[in-house]
Amino acid sequence: MSRRHLAILTATVLAAASLTACGSGEESGDSGKTLTYWASNQGASLEADKEILQPELDKFEQQTGIKVNVEVVPWSDLLNRLLAAATTGQGPDVVNIGNTWSASLQATGALVEFDDATLDKVGGKARFVPAALAAAGASGKPPAAVPLYSLAYALYYNKKSFADAGIAAPPTTWEELAQVGKKLTGDGKWGLAVEGANPSENAHHAFTFGQQYGGDWFDSAGKPSFDTPQNVAAVKRYIDLMAVDKIVNPSNAEYAQNQSVSDFANGKAAMLLWQAAGANLQSQNMAADAYGVAPVPFLASPPAGGKQVNSMVAGINIAVFKHTKNRDGALEFVKFMTSDAEQVALNKTYGSLPAVGTVAADPAFAADEQKVLAQTLGTSAAPLPQVPEESTFETLVGTAIKELFADAASGRPVTEDSVREKLTRAQRQMR
Amino acid sequence: MATTTTPAATPGRTKGTGKPAGPPGRRPRRSLLPYLLLAPAVVLELAIHVIPMLVGAWMSLLELTQFHIRDWSGAPFVGLDNYRVVLDVNSAAGAELLRSFRVTVIYTVLSVGLSWVLGTTAAVLLQRPFRGRAVLRALFLTPYALPVYTAVITWTFLFQRDTGLVNHVLVDQLNLLDDRPFWLIGDNSFVALLIVSIWRTWPFAFLCIMAGLQNIPDELYEAAAMDGAGFWRRLRAVTLPMLRPVNLVLLLVLFLWTFNDFNTPYVLFGGSAPAEADLISLHIYRSSFQTWDFGTGSAMSVALLLFLLLVTAGYLLLTNRRRNDA
Repeated sequence: MSRRHLAILTATVLAAASLTACGSGEESGDSGKTLTYWASNQGASLEADKEILQPELDKFEQQTGIKVNVEVVPWSDLLNRLLAAATTGQGPDVVNIGNTWSASLQATGALVEFDDATLDKVGGKARFVPAALAAAGASGKPPAAVPLYSLAYALYYNKKSFADAGIAAPPTTWEELAQVGKKLTGDGKWGLAVEGANPSENAHHAFTFGQQYGGDWFDSAGKPSFDTPQNVAAVKRYIDLMAVDKIVNPSNAEYAQNQSVSDFANGKAAMLLWQAAGANLQSQNMAADAYGVAPVPFLASPPAGGKQVNSMVAGINIAVFKHTKNRDGALEFVKFMTSDAEQVALNKTYGSLPAVGTVAADPAFAADEQKVLAQTLGTSAAPLPQVPEESTFETLVGTAIKELFADAASGRPVTEDSVREKLTRAQRQMR
Repeated sequence: MATTTTPAATPGRTKGTGKPAGPPGRRPRRSLLPYLLLAPAVVLELAIHVIPMLVGAWMSLLELTQFHIRDWSGAPFVGLDNYRVVLDVNSAAGAELLRSFRVTVIYTVLSVGLSWVLGTTAAVLLQRPFRGRAVLRALFLTPYALPVYTAVITWTFLFQRDTGLVNHVLVDQLNLLDDRPFWLIGDNSFVALLIVSIWRTWPFAFLCIMAGLQNIPDELYEAAAMDGAGFWRRLRAVTLPMLRPVNLVLLLVLFLWTFNDFNTPYVLFGGSAPAEADLISLHIYRSSFQTWDFGTGSAMSVALLLFLLLVTAGYLLLTNRRRNDA
């Protein structure tokens, strides 16, 4: 072969290689023997999650012969990754989704619908806790997922700080919380820690406060109603914990990496509003008997229309992509993950609550923390609006609150007008 | 950033190699080879840049929200409606885009300007050999060699209000300030972004100008010195005019890189930057990915592309005309 021919051959091979390179993407499990699973980050780290999940996945492989390749996706990336998978029809077979995204992802039409027949394949509708299943898609439509881990917000408090300040019991109203917070603030320590720059956390609190003030973020027609007087009052109440009560360290306005949990674990803050923080706190060397858990406070005198809600129905759902080439295997895996044994094992490790009723009474969930979470979920939690624009609401309202915290932290006044202006601006960005 | 240079493709070069071309009858076949060699680059350029750009332009004409992303063919065609929304400064989206555009222009001018001044100063001062020059050169180039994400994440730690090194030095050690300022939220976020951007960009300016300085013959400086020209005079009359070709390209490249910079603000602030530091690339990202409105986001992208094309064309036209006049 002459040099010229060789050169031409090389060029052709290169061109062909570059073309085929464009075509190779992440393929979903195409044989009956493998599944790709994107898990959300529930434990102390992505690595820890992998170590927790792997033995369970091995069990599943033993039982069914189906191998599950798991990737733990950090929360900051998960929604974008899901969106990309929905758009391209490429990617995982089974995924964990934040339950508040259910209706948004449902609207893409990329997820398998859990109608009654499909629900029967994973054990039947009756297995699942009704409130948790209600947070798996828009009402009136078959759920786009089934619940996997159930969570709720609770108030975590440092027992020693409370004892030192002579506080006998955790606060049950926001007014009390502000009062004890002031007693706990000083000498470089603060009453409460918040995750001020994390839009999702902010939006969750905006929802709960909104419910207590009688506000709704979407009207009955599903249109955004961000800047109602109730919502303005609700958001202002939350910001005022920093701006007026001054029980939150202004630095919290830049927290978005769970620094508030660390501050609480390290004793820099005496209270924290969080979902199932126990496992995380203990991984940061806070002894289980060093903190107490109580329900999130209510308003002392709620305005007309105010609801007795002190948490969203929080949780993680498990969903199957329609593009999977192994739907039966994927549903088999969902059934396995929501089976009694796995529900006890995984929820116990993560400190969350089971999403199926059959194991609710298991001793694994008898600790104080889980009792408070269960009580909240059972009596005073409400699901976030299950509308397609929910994820946009979290982003826009959460960011508006982040900006308000920034104002409060830099000493700018946060007034009803400034809150309303931010919420109006957020609402105008909804289409 | 799209910078593709294919100098070998220009006909002048292939003709000008001057080698005997073998028997005249076989010439046409031989001339196929350069195209074949270029084919992979062309294919990749099409696949990675041109086709996505065209798809983006098409997306900007659709109402592409979460209801339609799975099947674009079902997305309603809305013509120029997305452009009407984003370019109407009286609408919420338009006003936000304009604000972000203003921030980006100020950011770009300051970042490119200061990076250029720093790069030129350092390159000129390091032009003459002295002990330790190589060490200084290597040191100055370090930020350019570091991976962007790692470097910017480190900056986010430095800028933390309570635990960051910046406040520790300013407040605790030098006692310059009484209060610990915020760097990552509020007004100062723009300053923080600018500092990181200049820190990342100026070594590239330094590198280019240093290379340009190597091409200035010593005789010019000697002649200038004999005419009695001092440092400033030599800088103005010899160095800067001789660096002109380098600077023309350098400033354009820096402008495009900085204007489109996504990594720095994204890593520094996460997905949602404070209004004071809301650069346009991040703004478009938020409009597309966080609000799931890809039609509007694409319209913003296309508008940005047209703006950058316009500026680039104007810049090239202006500088070419000046060169022809000279």
